[in-house]
Amino acid sequence: MATAAEVTRRPPVVEERLSTRIVRVLSKAPVNIILVIVAVFWLVPTFGLLVTSLLSPTDFQVKGWWQVFSAPSKLTWHNYHEIFNNHTITHSLVTTAEIAVGATVIPIFIGAMAGYAFAWLDFPGRDTLFIVVIALLVVPLQMALIPIFSLYNTFGLYDTVIGLVLFHTAFALPFAIFLLRNFFIGIPRDLMEAARIDGASEIYIFVRIILPLGLPAIASLGIFQFLWTWNDLLVALTLATSTQPITVAIFSQLRTFGANIDIIAPATFLSLAIPLLVFFAFQRYFVQGLLAGSVK
Amino acid sequence: MAQSVTAEPPAKAPPDVGDAGRWREYALALGFLAPALFFLGVWVVYPAIRTIVRSFFSDSGNRFVWFDNYKTLFTDQTLLTAIKNNAIWVGVVPALVTAIGLIFAVLIERISWSLAFKTAVFMPMAVSAFAAGITWRLVYQQNPDQGALNAGIRSVKDAFSPPGVLSNATPSTTNLVSKGGGIVLQTPLRPGQTARLGLTGIAPDDVPSGAVQAAKPQPRSGEITGVVWRDFKPGGGKTGVVEQGEKGLPGVTVELKQNGKNVESATTEDNGTFAFTDVKPGTYQAAIGAGTFAKPFGGYSWLGSKLITPSVIIAYIWIWAGFSMVVIAAGLAAIPRDVLEAARTDGASEWQVFRRVTVPLLAPVLTVVFVTMLINVLKVFDIVIAVAPESTQSDANVLALALWRTAFSGSAQFGVGSAIAVFIFILVIPVLLLNIRRFRREA
Repeated sequence: MATAAEVTRRPPVVEERLSTRIVRVLSKAPVNIILVIVAVFWLVPTFGLLVTSLLSPTDFQVKGWWQVFSAPSKLTWHNYHEIFNNHTITHSLVTTAEIAVGATVIPIFIGAMAGYAFAWLDFPGRDTLFIVVIALLVVPLQMALIPIFSLYNTFGLYDTVIGLVLFHTAFALPFAIFLLRNFFIGIPRDLMEAARIDGASEIYIFVRIILPLGLPAIASLGIFQFLWTWNDLLVALTLATSTQPITVAIFSQLRTFGANIDIIAPATFLSLAIPLLVFFAFQRYFVQGLLAGSVK
Repeated sequence: MAQSVTAEPPAKAPPDVGDAGRWREYALALGFLAPALFFLGVWVVYPAIRTIVRSFFSDSGNRFVWFDNYKTLFTDQTLLTAIKNNAIWVGVVPALVTAIGLIFAVLIERISWSLAFKTAVFMPMAVSAFAAGITWRLVYQQNPDQGALNAGIRSVKDAFSPPGVLSNATPSTTNLVSKGGGIVLQTPLRPGQTARLGLTGIAPDDVPSGAVQAAKPQPRSGEITGVVWRDFKPGGGKTGVVEQGEKGLPGVTVELKQNGKNVESATTEDNGTFAFTDVKPGTYQAAIGAGTFAKPFGGYSWLGSKLITPSVIIAYIWIWAGFSMVVIAAGLAAIPRDVLEAARTDGASEWQVFRRVTVPLLAPVLTVVFVTMLINVLKVFDIVIAVAPESTQSDANVLALALWRTAFSGSAQFGVGSAIAVFIFILVIPVLLLNIRRFRREA
């Protein structure tokens, strides 16, 4: 790009360094200011929700959450006391946890088994079947709602935690299998050969070698799947009525948003709190899982 | 089972892989695959096929109707709105999310607190789209005393054009006429005369603080004097007359006009009186400007039928920009620094480096983000149902929401619902082919 003439015209090295340093310092200020504004913009909505959840409903009707800057004494735990005594909400939190844990553990175990088979066992049509499983990744879960709704009504799975867990399990499998197969295939063959020579069964190899070594991938997947199912609204709204996870419980309050804000704001914040804790505790795995190919 | 895994010298010969051994391995593979295949068969493959078949049957399911459900999909007004809105989503969101993520990813390389910034922007990703939607619904509340967005706009607006002191006031007598938002006294005035501008419709709380008993204006030669007061006395009283118990209205700007032009203006005292001094002979009119009666900002209707889709889209971008930023930043970190340095040494400006080197090298990552967002946007549901109130859900409608509303909320139109599901599926198939190619390359 640079011609010889330009190169010769360039000022001495020391002077260039000084000038670039000045330019860098000057050019950094606007970037910093812009990004501070952006970061504030990103934080304000959640902060507003948190403060609103700490305001009594009568105070909120008068003025929004920013009133606490002039009157911090208005903050109160009152709404949270109410929420923890609200049976519908507490029960829905338990239901959410049941669904999320079940729909995380089961697909990971089943997905790991299939991933192992695709990675290390030999059978005809293996690669084709693997492609088919990956192809299922892009079947939108909307394609299953109507038939599963009918099926669940027939088999008594409608409005049950187990029904929701099984549905989430199935739709988690393609990604789980894809991710774990690709991770397992990187495990050195020698480890398994050595175990086989020692007479270890395939089940032993799977449980004692593959699963422990696959832990990083399993952790990423687990966090993702936990958050995904914890945050689900559509499936629970469609395949259940009284088995309400927290999202559905909040949804049923939405019809009168302003009047129910003393339930909606703290309940929403509680529903955020768990995913946020998981996210901050396992941020590294979360980002890894994301980079592994988030395709949901 | 409990044997040690540690390597012993290979005393035994490798297991015999004869026909029997091979069949054993097939059976084993089947055993490992069976649960997954069962789940995928029952919950994914069977329903998908069933939905395709179902989309050709009537809503009750007993009549084969060919493409009628698809015809409904493209003629029904509500569903057409959903298709149109989803087209807007597809056109706007993936491009914007990718662009914003790219900008953030490039900019955070220049700051020392990039981890904090990343965490702030990425945080909404961990939260459910539904909860994020509620968060934004709160931001979007129309009442500027509840919605943060309108509150912000109000404070900016008030700084430039403050609301009037008397936004609801009306004239008390017929010779005061509303004109262009302000009020004009019809009676012509000459120097030495007085003007009485009585107003009603002011709630006691709205009377400006500091107001005292209104005073009768005293005529003075060479001046036009007057009073602006709250011409209302509980239990009756005469209009147009300053009476005991009626307060003056301080801080009101009164204009003196001649032939429609402003000649002078004066502000009222605590007792409501004002005076135009040094008035030349002639006839004049007194008026109160529109500014005094300006209504306070009532808030934009972000959740109303016109703005709802842009409002939801902003909330959605707020969620996904973090994803885009993190993925692109990882791609950026993988670009060899010396390539960028070489371009800079060659005299390329920062913009040229970005446009000619960074972006082309990032193309694969940008594609991944764009395609992922494309799939997401075609299935968007939670955020719409969370942000849009029931009254404007038809205006905010998208395909996945239309499916739920058609089949599960109220009317059980399973035929049309299946057609919508198949339509979503058809739209993601091209993306499916793209993804399979990518996965095969990676695998």
